[in-house]
Amino acid sequence: MGEVVTPDGEWQRPLPATDEVNAAYWSAAAEGRLLIQECAECGQRQFYPRALCTHCGGEPRWLECTGRGTVHTFTVVRQMGMRPFRDDLPYVVAMVELEEGPMMMGNVTGCDPDSVRIGLPVEAYFVRAAEDVGVPMWRPAA
Amino acid sequence: MCFTDAAVSTEAAREQPVDRTPVIVGTGLSDYPKAPHLDGVQHHVQAFQRALADCGIDKAEIDGYVSAGGGGIMVDDAVTMAEYLRIDHRYVDGTMTGGSSFEFHVQHLAAAIREGLCDVALITYGSDQLSRMGRRLGTGGFQRPGSRVAGPIQYEAAYGNSLVGAYAMHAARHSHEYGTTPEQLAEIAVGVREYAMLNTHAIYRDPITVDDVVNSRMIADPLHKLDCCAITDGGGAVIMTTADRAKDLRQPPVYVLGAAGGETHWNVSQSPDFTSCAGATAGPAAFGRAGLGPDDVDMLMFYDSFTITCLILLESIGFVGKGEGGPFVAEGNLKRGGKWPLNTDGGGLSSNHPGMRGIFLLIEAARQLRGQAGEAQVPDCQVALCAGSGGWLSCIGVAILGAEHP
Repeated sequence: MGEVVTPDGEWQRPLPATDEVNAAYWSAAAEGRLLIQECAECGQRQFYPRALCTHCGGEPRWLECTGRGTVHTFTVVRQMGMRPFRDDLPYVVAMVELEEGPMMMGNVTGCDPDSVRIGLPVEAYFVRAAEDVGVPMWRPAA
Repeated sequence: MCFTDAAVSTEAAREQPVDRTPVIVGTGLSDYPKAPHLDGVQHHVQAFQRALADCGIDKAEIDGYVSAGGGGIMVDDAVTMAEYLRIDHRYVDGTMTGGSSFEFHVQHLAAAIREGLCDVALITYGSDQLSRMGRRLGTGGFQRPGSRVAGPIQYEAAYGNSLVGAYAMHAARHSHEYGTTPEQLAEIAVGVREYAMLNTHAIYRDPITVDDVVNSRMIADPLHKLDCCAITDGGGAVIMTTADRAKDLRQPPVYVLGAAGGETHWNVSQSPDFTSCAGATAGPAAFGRAGLGPDDVDMLMFYDSFTITCLILLESIGFVGKGEGGPFVAEGNLKRGGKWPLNTDGGGLSSNHPGMRGIFLLIEAARQLRGQAGEAQVPDCQVALCAGSGGWLSCIGVAILGAEHP
């Protein structure tokens, strides 16, 4: 279980339009759990959640992750016109390679953006953006 | 309906053999880089009128129409535009792969023309990105605050990435794996600018140096302002037909030697490899169809949304080995007088980029292959390779064009 934090004030960033396939992913994140999918038939792991396994077309099931990963690549966004992001400049957008295999996008926070490097070990925490929506975020591993 | 038409044409072909080799015969550019007197649809129209005048073909002959529009606030999807232009088509295609759409269109039209699904086909594009929509494309974000985002983009939307940031993540990983430097990437921007200085319409025409690029404002590490393409207005039109029909038109035909496309992902967070792209499959496929290789190519038209886009296209299509692109461009090989001159119109980096630049790759390649490029003319230009990148190095379309009948 990763730490779940509440945002400072109202959540201003975009929210997901949850559906039958992905609602479990977002609600698990609201409880501090990071889910990916693993195919019951061929064992392929995938992210983002889909109604089928992209390898064999089979039925994916949920797999709870450790919440540990490394930075595969990243950028420091220094110009952004849209609120609320422009109030947070500069910030890190990274692709995080999960211990379990798949990659996902996220922000790396809790450190100087200029200190982030490819290969940096990171751990997940979660921002409760709505009652049933947690947004996975990342910070350097303890 | 299409099957019937194809059958009729095929029967006709048996009676009287015609050379159905696909060619580009007419091209047109609308006013650019800033054209406040035109809206997006008017850019389509003006470019189309100029393409008609360029080749001298009768509008009534056009029986194929393609537009990649409809993705934004404009009403320029293929069927609406066909109605607006009043193109009574028997072949229509609205393939939208982002900025590479037009290279995919050439691939599709080459097959359609060979098969007889249409005889004279029109591609149009237009955008008033600069005058009407501002410069928000690159760093403006895609979703409104507090909005609910559906589809796969919902797994990115909360993190505030920008279009520049998506390409920057490719540049960062390429640099990490191969040691590619900001100075090497900057050489691409410098070389393209040298060509822009020869284009009186180009939006940026002052000479720049590598130092200017790496000292320009950082937008998304490691991409600086001068690693990024411009935002302009503009439109383009391309008319394709058969080699047979091209015989008595105003312009020498430009032959489609081979075209291919591929997709590795759409949303950037699904990219399987941040150092490569679908050029790795589309490039060899296009070369295979053309029966040519990189050494047969005289000039390159790459979608230079960012400097890194060109480097990854160069490597993935096979002009150099993976990781060799940085040193190769630093030697000046893509500059005027180099082995493979790149973006002789000044590119998206310095001439024009209204949002989806792929059609301009075809138009400039045709200008070179016709020998009409003036001061920017590549000597004895026989083969040009156009490579469009759509999305976030997502959908790559490659079209190899030639001055001589294959």
